[in-house]
Amino acid sequence: MDFSSTKKGPFVSLVTGLPGGGKTFLGILLVAALLVPLSNLLVPESSFFHVPTYMVSLLGKYLSFALLALSVDLIWGYCGILSLGHGAFFALGGYAMGMYLMRQIGDRGVYGNPDLPDFMVFLNWTELPWYWTGFDMFPVAMTMVILVPGILAFIFGWFAFRARVTGVYLSIITQAMTYALMLAFFRNDMGFGGNNGLTDFKEILGFDLQSDGTRLGLFVCSVIALAFGYLISSFITQSKLGRVLIAIRDAESRTRFSGYRVEYYKLFVFVVSAVLAGIAGALYVPQVGIINPSEFSPAQSIEVVIWVAVGGRGTLWGAVLGAMLVNWGKSYFTGALPEAWLYMLGGLFVFTTLFLPKGIVGTSAIWIEKIKNRQTGPASTIPAYVKEE
Amino acid sequence: MTSRPASEKTPEFASILYLDGVSVSFDGFKALNSLSLVIEPGEMRAIIGPNGAGKTTMMDVITGKTRPDEGEVFFKGNIDLTKHDEAYIANLGIGRKFQKPTVFESQTVFNNLELSLKGDKGIMTTLFAALGDADVARIMEVLEIIRLSERANWLAGNLSHGQKQWLEIGMLLMQDPDLLLVDEPVAGMTDAETEQTSDLLRKISENHSVVVVEHDMEFIRALDTKVTVLHEGSVLAEGSLDVVQNNQRVIDVYLGR
Amino acid sequence: MRIILKSFLAALAILFMTQAVAVSADLTEASQGLLAKGYKDKTAAVEAVAATGDARSVIILEALLGGKLFIQKSDNVLVIGVKAEGGYKTVNAITGTEIGLTPKSDVKKVRINNKMRGLIKGQLGGLTLLSDDPALRMKAANAVFISRPKEMMAPMQSALASETDPTVVPAMTRALAALELRHGATMADKQAALEILSDLHDPQVKSLLSGELSSLRALQNPTGPEKELIIAVQAGLTKIDEKLDFLNIIENIFQGISLGSVLLLAAIGLAITFGVMGVINMAHGEMVMIGAYTTYVVQELCRNFAPGFLDYALIAAVPLAFIVSGLCGVGIERSVIRYLYGRPLETLLATWGISLILQQFVRTIFGPTNKEVSSPEWLSGTWEVTGGLALTYNRIAIILFAAAVLLMLVLILKKTAFGLQMRAVTQNRQMAASMGIRTGWVDAMTFGLGSGVAGMAGVALSQIDNVSPNLGQAYIIDSFMVVVFGGVGNLWGTLVGALSLGITNKFLEPYTGAVLAKILVLVAIILFIQKRPRGLFALKGRAVES
Repeated sequence: MDFSSTKKGPFVSLVTGLPGGGKTFLGILLVAALLVPLSNLLVPESSFFHVPTYMVSLLGKYLSFALLALSVDLIWGYCGILSLGHGAFFALGGYAMGMYLMRQIGDRGVYGNPDLPDFMVFLNWTELPWYWTGFDMFPVAMTMVILVPGILAFIFGWFAFRARVTGVYLSIITQAMTYALMLAFFRNDMGFGGNNGLTDFKEILGFDLQSDGTRLGLFVCSVIALAFGYLISSFITQSKLGRVLIAIRDAESRTRFSGYRVEYYKLFVFVVSAVLAGIAGALYVPQVGIINPSEFSPAQSIEVVIWVAVGGRGTLWGAVLGAMLVNWGKSYFTGALPEAWLYMLGGLFVFTTLFLPKGIVGTSAIWIEKIKNRQTGPASTIPAYVKEE
Repeated sequence: MTSRPASEKTPEFASILYLDGVSVSFDGFKALNSLSLVIEPGEMRAIIGPNGAGKTTMMDVITGKTRPDEGEVFFKGNIDLTKHDEAYIANLGIGRKFQKPTVFESQTVFNNLELSLKGDKGIMTTLFAALGDADVARIMEVLEIIRLSERANWLAGNLSHGQKQWLEIGMLLMQDPDLLLVDEPVAGMTDAETEQTSDLLRKISENHSVVVVEHDMEFIRALDTKVTVLHEGSVLAEGSLDVVQNNQRVIDVYLGR
Repeated sequence: MRIILKSFLAALAILFMTQAVAVSADLTEASQGLLAKGYKDKTAAVEAVAATGDARSVIILEALLGGKLFIQKSDNVLVIGVKAEGGYKTVNAITGTEIGLTPKSDVKKVRINNKMRGLIKGQLGGLTLLSDDPALRMKAANAVFISRPKEMMAPMQSALASETDPTVVPAMTRALAALELRHGATMADKQAALEILSDLHDPQVKSLLSGELSSLRALQNPTGPEKELIIAVQAGLTKIDEKLDFLNIIENIFQGISLGSVLLLAAIGLAITFGVMGVINMAHGEMVMIGAYTTYVVQELCRNFAPGFLDYALIAAVPLAFIVSGLCGVGIERSVIRYLYGRPLETLLATWGISLILQQFVRTIFGPTNKEVSSPEWLSGTWEVTGGLALTYNRIAIILFAAAVLLMLVLILKKTAFGLQMRAVTQNRQMAASMGIRTGWVDAMTFGLGSGVAGMAGVALSQIDNVSPNLGQAYIIDSFMVVVFGGVGNLWGTLVGALSLGITNKFLEPYTGAVLAKILVLVAIILFIQKRPRGLFALKGRAVES
């Protein structure tokens, strides 16, 4: 007999995600990574199949949101930690990237000061604050994209999880965390551009941010980052550790009494998730061209949660799908029917929680199972794996 | 990350579990009132008592969930349980079954047992864990013991109430603890299932120390073991079931109020 | 009241004028010196004019000081002129009768030097000290307190002796003490003055004393008594500082209680829905917002249909806001929340969605801009408790209102049948249901109560905040912080939580600024929750865990 297949948990993936969904998803990503640039570069502009450059950046933005959704799904869908402050990690990653881009402006700013960003000149600052040191170097900035959200998540999680703050209490304090950060970043004294944030970027690694080539490059980077994030998340959730996370989600004290240090597991996955969110933020900023404190607002973070809920929490590609769908809807409707968008978004929250608790992916998986049952009898009562002696 | 303490079976301890003068109070209500209790190595002990007698609180104290206000709790003679948390105590070799059967409902029976497997429970070990043949064999063995071999790939949530109770006991066996704390194992079971459970527990007690909390007197009788009666947070009587049942104070507590 | 005052003043003015005509002969004589060229004559004339005590003399001296006193060359008469087209519009300085337009060539300005300027100011102070208007006397006394000219000692003494108005007496006493301290004949006089000043507690006395201290320290060879005075002034300063610090603390506490009451109002409804029912209502802020808009609508209705009642619109709005928000709450509970009991995180998301819808709904109806809700007359103004401590009436009203709401809720929970049923359902739903309690009805009513209280909070907030669709968003996080900090399921916890957060915030603000204070408080709560995950007044025990 062979039980090695249980390591991949075929039954788990059948219930919470479509079988092979992951591979299909990676395939789609790969195709997108090839097709979008090709169509942008080779297909003539008049053609229906031409993807204009603004659309490339828009798609790139959605991909960074998808990575953010993935990071939220990892902790919420699998470990039951509902963070209402994940936007904070996203924004911190974004600010780290923004600081690098700011330093790349050099003397091309309005005030032409080669050492100080415009907003500091405007505030009559004479030298760069110490925490801006090194951000003119790409590797340093990228390290910070990972370290800053990671360390904040570690410190926050270290306190919160050890104190066994769970459920809604945890959600509320994550919300308070991002709210406090938002207030802090709004302050001019913080040295991050206050209200206006960081913007007017010129180039990244010497490439002009406005050029089509750079935008395609950033798009491809976003695809790679999402695929990378997906693979990491997938590896974690498919491992025994992933099953421990689900165990924590479903029966935390049983997990504890089984000998697992729940707080360390939560801390681990929280930090991984925060880092993914930070990377997503770093990809978002150059494609959108601005980062400001509103990214820290609690409303933003809650919106991320609804992407995941719509797609289907506890399934990785469900989160990605949800992020894509909701943001596409947002782009479309805020243009076409700006008045109606908030009604729709609000309605989406209510509808999803009431009628689609497992999201699109989870609910369709249940339907598919039901259809299969009609053919083969109830799967839930017949073992998928028939024991052989 | 978690260093698993040695838990070889060394039966030279005077007691596997030693509680002395343990008191716990919640907002002025004394859940445990100077409770003292000693369990010998290899012993099976049944604990009975009316609701609110402090049975579950006692288990909370032993497993590190609740810190006692005062009193001593020692495991294997010299390990002070009041200094450690649940995970550490579980790894020391104390397994606990909850009053309400608690299993990982969205995972298979097999995975439930796999998660309870004795061994390093550190993060990195778990992340890169792969099942060895010995592990699979052990899981199959326990599946056999708890009569769930046919259900290995069922989701635990789809099991019947009684099967969940067994699965939870099976998960305890996977941990291979020196001491099992079993809270109301036959609640909601049919008579046949109850009988099978008492067989199962008797079998387990052959090479483990077991503490069973139960209301069902028939079940206790079937276990045929020493009984401790708790009342208002302390021990009211101790002895064989017959002795205890004829104790006037016990009768008063159960009937007189 | 104001009308009476105005007519009284008008009567005084008439009285003045008749008097002015009667004594103008004296004034004419005294003012002759001003026609002279030499400053010496003019100086003497200023003193003479002031000495007449004539009401007109104030006008003359003020004109002189302001460069508006001229000599009309044609008849050598003093006139007061205001620049106008084609020359000056003039009035006779002595009699006050209007002359008309005088060409520029016909007038000559009466020039003064700096020394005279100082003298005039002092004399003016002395003159107005005897004015019939208590407000003017007060002003004069305060002016003397600031400038402290030696010449004012005698006039101040006599003015104080004849002063009867209880509000002016302290100002004059203060001014006289300030004069004595500087110009007193003996050290004993100075010491006595210092004694009086040190007993006062206002920032002006503080700056006077510190000014005095530095000039005393600047003395080359201070005599023994002067040294003693230095020490005494220092002691006086310390005494004032202590008093000011104390007042500052009182002020901070008041501000803190005021902020705490606002937080309490915003959070107390949440304490019911979250604390008692375990429902995370993210649309709670919108219930507050709807209450505020109800207030606005009531006000507009009153303005259009019953302007006489406009001042009382706010009172009418309280029950209406309770009903409107309460009904909204019942609607939300029946349509959404009742399907989500036992799933707090889902409730959180669904109610967030509802909050977005409600915000957009209000935006669609009332527009995105702020709506003006005016304060009624009886809430405007301040209560001057003592020098350096003034409390605004609307803040005081909010404190009282918050206390009343809290009391009402406690009574409902503890003393009514509904409160009993509510607690029963909270503790054991099945048991309550089997006792014949309609649990669904109790749920809806409880949620309605929480939402209705939020609506009443909205009435209060409309007085101190902008009424806009985003009003609720501003309070939701603070409200959650209060409830979590105070301990869920405990109204007293909410009270203590709200007040301690409010007061902490206000004590931090002077050192850190408002925003940083808020950040620090948030961080402190986040850390606090680590220590006490269930809040300040948490219940302990097994029941809580499940």
